[in-house]
Amino acid sequence: MTGNPYSPHTPNDRAAMLAAVGVRSLDELLTAVPAAARRPAMGVPPGLSEMEVTAELERLAGLDRPAGGRPFFLGAGSYRRYIPAAVPALAARSEFLTAYTPYQPELSQGTLQAIWEYQSLVAALLAMDVANSSLYDGSTAVAEAALLAVRATGRQKVVVSRAVHPQHRAVLRTYAQGPDIEVVEVDDADLTANAAGAACLIVQSPDFFGKVARVRDVAAAAHAAGALAVASVDPIACALVEPPGECDVDIAVADGQPLGLPLSFGGPSVGLMAVRASLVRQLPGRIAGQAQDAAGRRGFVNTLQAREQHIRREKATSNICTNEAVLAIHAAVYLALLGPGGLRAVAARSVAQFRKAAAALSLPGCSWAGGGVSLWEGVLRLPRDARAVRDALLEQRIVIGHPLGGEYPERPNDLLVCCTEITTDAEIAAAAAALRKVLA
Amino acid sequence: MSAPHQLEPLLTELSEAGRGSVQVPDSSLDAGPALAGFLRTTPPALPELSELEVVRHYTHLSKLNYSVDAGFYPLGSCTMKYNPKVNDRVASLPGFADLHPLQPEQDTQGALALLFELERLLCGITGMAEASLQPAAGAHAEFAALLMFKAYHRERGETKRRRVIVPDSAHGTNPASAAMCGFDVTTVKSDARGNVDLAALEAALGDDVVGMMLTNPNTLGLFEEHVLEVSAAVRRAGGLMYGDGANMNALLGIARPGDLGFDVLHLNLHKTFSTPHGAGGPGAGPVLASAALAPFLPVPRVVRKGDGFALDHDRPRSIGRIRAHHGNFGVLVRAYTYIRRLGEDGLRATGEDAVLAANYLLARLRGAFDVAFDRPCMHEFVLTAAAQKRAGVPALDIAKALIDEGFHPPTTYFPLIVPEALMIEPTETETKETLDEFAAAMLRVAERVKADPAGVRAAPLSTPVGRLDEVAAARRPVLTWRDATAT
Repeated sequence: MTGNPYSPHTPNDRAAMLAAVGVRSLDELLTAVPAAARRPAMGVPPGLSEMEVTAELERLAGLDRPAGGRPFFLGAGSYRRYIPAAVPALAARSEFLTAYTPYQPELSQGTLQAIWEYQSLVAALLAMDVANSSLYDGSTAVAEAALLAVRATGRQKVVVSRAVHPQHRAVLRTYAQGPDIEVVEVDDADLTANAAGAACLIVQSPDFFGKVARVRDVAAAAHAAGALAVASVDPIACALVEPPGECDVDIAVADGQPLGLPLSFGGPSVGLMAVRASLVRQLPGRIAGQAQDAAGRRGFVNTLQAREQHIRREKATSNICTNEAVLAIHAAVYLALLGPGGLRAVAARSVAQFRKAAAALSLPGCSWAGGGVSLWEGVLRLPRDARAVRDALLEQRIVIGHPLGGEYPERPNDLLVCCTEITTDAEIAAAAAALRKVLA
Repeated sequence: MSAPHQLEPLLTELSEAGRGSVQVPDSSLDAGPALAGFLRTTPPALPELSELEVVRHYTHLSKLNYSVDAGFYPLGSCTMKYNPKVNDRVASLPGFADLHPLQPEQDTQGALALLFELERLLCGITGMAEASLQPAAGAHAEFAALLMFKAYHRERGETKRRRVIVPDSAHGTNPASAAMCGFDVTTVKSDARGNVDLAALEAALGDDVVGMMLTNPNTLGLFEEHVLEVSAAVRRAGGLMYGDGANMNALLGIARPGDLGFDVLHLNLHKTFSTPHGAGGPGAGPVLASAALAPFLPVPRVVRKGDGFALDHDRPRSIGRIRAHHGNFGVLVRAYTYIRRLGEDGLRATGEDAVLAANYLLARLRGAFDVAFDRPCMHEFVLTAAAQKRAGVPALDIAKALIDEGFHPPTTYFPLIVPEALMIEPTETETKETLDEFAAAMLRVAERVKADPAGVRAAPLSTPVGRLDEVAAARRPVLTWRDATAT
């Protein structure tokens, strides 16, 4: 292949365009480019036909072993859930997928209403007053929540539970290097005792180990110290357990992947953020708002833009511009399809399946660690190294869970095990039988 | 049958209690004593609709949108090129879409190989040494890059460097990213040819400068004629050069930022490398570094290990993670597919055709509109409607009139240094016929400004809603349907 297969210009087109410009060759338009640097070799292999490139990508995809079609108990913040067929069929329509950010509202009412409804759905699910139109993912949502709390309180320290997703804490530490924020990481039980002088306390529920956290107590402790309460939650869990808004949380964040998004090796996802009304002008990122035209017709616009980088530049609440709009639309379609009953059913079946797995995997030498209340995920303490056990089961095409030793060196034998609504009884039985053999 | 432009009710207005499409078998749950005290007492106020109602709702909404697949989208600085369908199809292969980010490396060799190869290709295209594909967007990469600058200077004991130089034509994300790093921003003006003013730059430089953020071609669509002098001057002051790669489409195969003195660069894969913008996202913003800055890139990095690939977390000088997992992997798959499809020649043809299309459109429009800085442009150019505004029709009205002509308007009022700016980027994927139709529409609007300014000011008339009152919307924000019911 030579040339760009997606460029429509014929030699005649190019000649006519050059003539209209008044030059004989394109090089006459490139004289500002330093001559020594012009037309470099890039080392890119020759182009492929669509058929060939498809084959090449199928070859690469074929080197992976996807999650589906086998016993799969790995969660740890990313969940293999059932995606109703209508979700991608609607949200990935090219009218959404190939539109730009809605800068011309008259041509973008589809996007703006869908995003406004997404904000409404998120606010309802989390029981918060207002949501923004999305952040990149759960990890950056945690970090942006901390930055918001620092802005709102004028304090430079944030306190985060070690039971918050390790990668989310890692991103928080990275973000904190910018404005020189002190990040204090404490055991979950010590969170409330460390509120003095903090901009916020950050708690996750269910936490990284799958346990429902005492969010209400964390919020009370934060408020008593003049700090804000930040809760990172699983959006599906909010159908079943107390949502952050009912626990007096100031900033609620979540990774939206469980809401109808494929795993996709971790991205794209969508970061949910919702706050109490008094913090709305501190929110990062775009927000859709309702508006009217001169004839009184209802429409939607991007609003409160005086927070944003394209207006406020260095005084903006965040630098975010591109967000995860089409994933937010996926999440909205998912929530609209399931409704309150469907969402609760997804959560309830996940709990039920996990309880079966918990019983089946309670093998000699194994115990469920940590106490507390699990929903669909918990820590199985094995009699020996969890990574070795995981690898042994992998040879039988069983993904038994996430060994915790990498992120928590004090827990080499601990394995984080997860079920969702698509985990079958047969998969649980197969995993239990295989684990029994491996441990024997 | 409903008209295509009829406004659509809200989900809540369509909702009927007891309706819904529960998808899950066997979902009764005896919560038991374990969950007592944790249970949600009132169910979330989510709408209840049949599947068909949801399908129609989103189908109707989609028809209220303009999109690349429906028409020409000449938004300057946004690179709204065609998004090839094959990219979407391969991204949905189970080996990519159904891959958990924490699966062990034995299971993810194909994905890691793709990340490794994409990094290598992007380095070749840009002339940089190494890259991280983790940032989710351009602004995210800017932030990562400035943290790398901060770490670099700190390592050398130069902690008093706190100022970032930004041209007055820069994207708003540049100063916003600098502020997130705790840096102060010094803005330098542009000269009469639309370049960074070298004298102003020299005056702004000092031993407290972190570095400079430069978009090249800049947001006027012009190649910085003194780019080598600019980077040399910043370097003399001990600063680093950051390349905002938003406009990389102009440079594909034409020049490499790594050969022009940049230390760190970001790319917008959702612009230059054809991945769909998704109504505002997802993007992907790889951050690329010279050999000297590469140790500071985010972790983990994908490395060769034996015959395969592995994740390397052991980079003690790294700024750390900037996002969970591996970035927006689905976007990275699409961009990789695009690069492999085009190859070296196709990439160069992209840069060339993007430059040719912009200069052709500029030639067609020069005369009807004033050109902000009239010299050969790269992939885009900026007109000014200052003359039209003097006749009572500002750029905003011209944009709205273009909507009635059937086109998405150009970017307006940016860059900030051009009054009444109309910033036009045609990209390489539009036919000459489309460019001609758009030029004809622009010329008709220019004539209407003279003949019927009031008519132009009334536009748009063809859209489902007219101009919306954004001032009122911001004064009394209605941000959820609960707000809407409360008002």
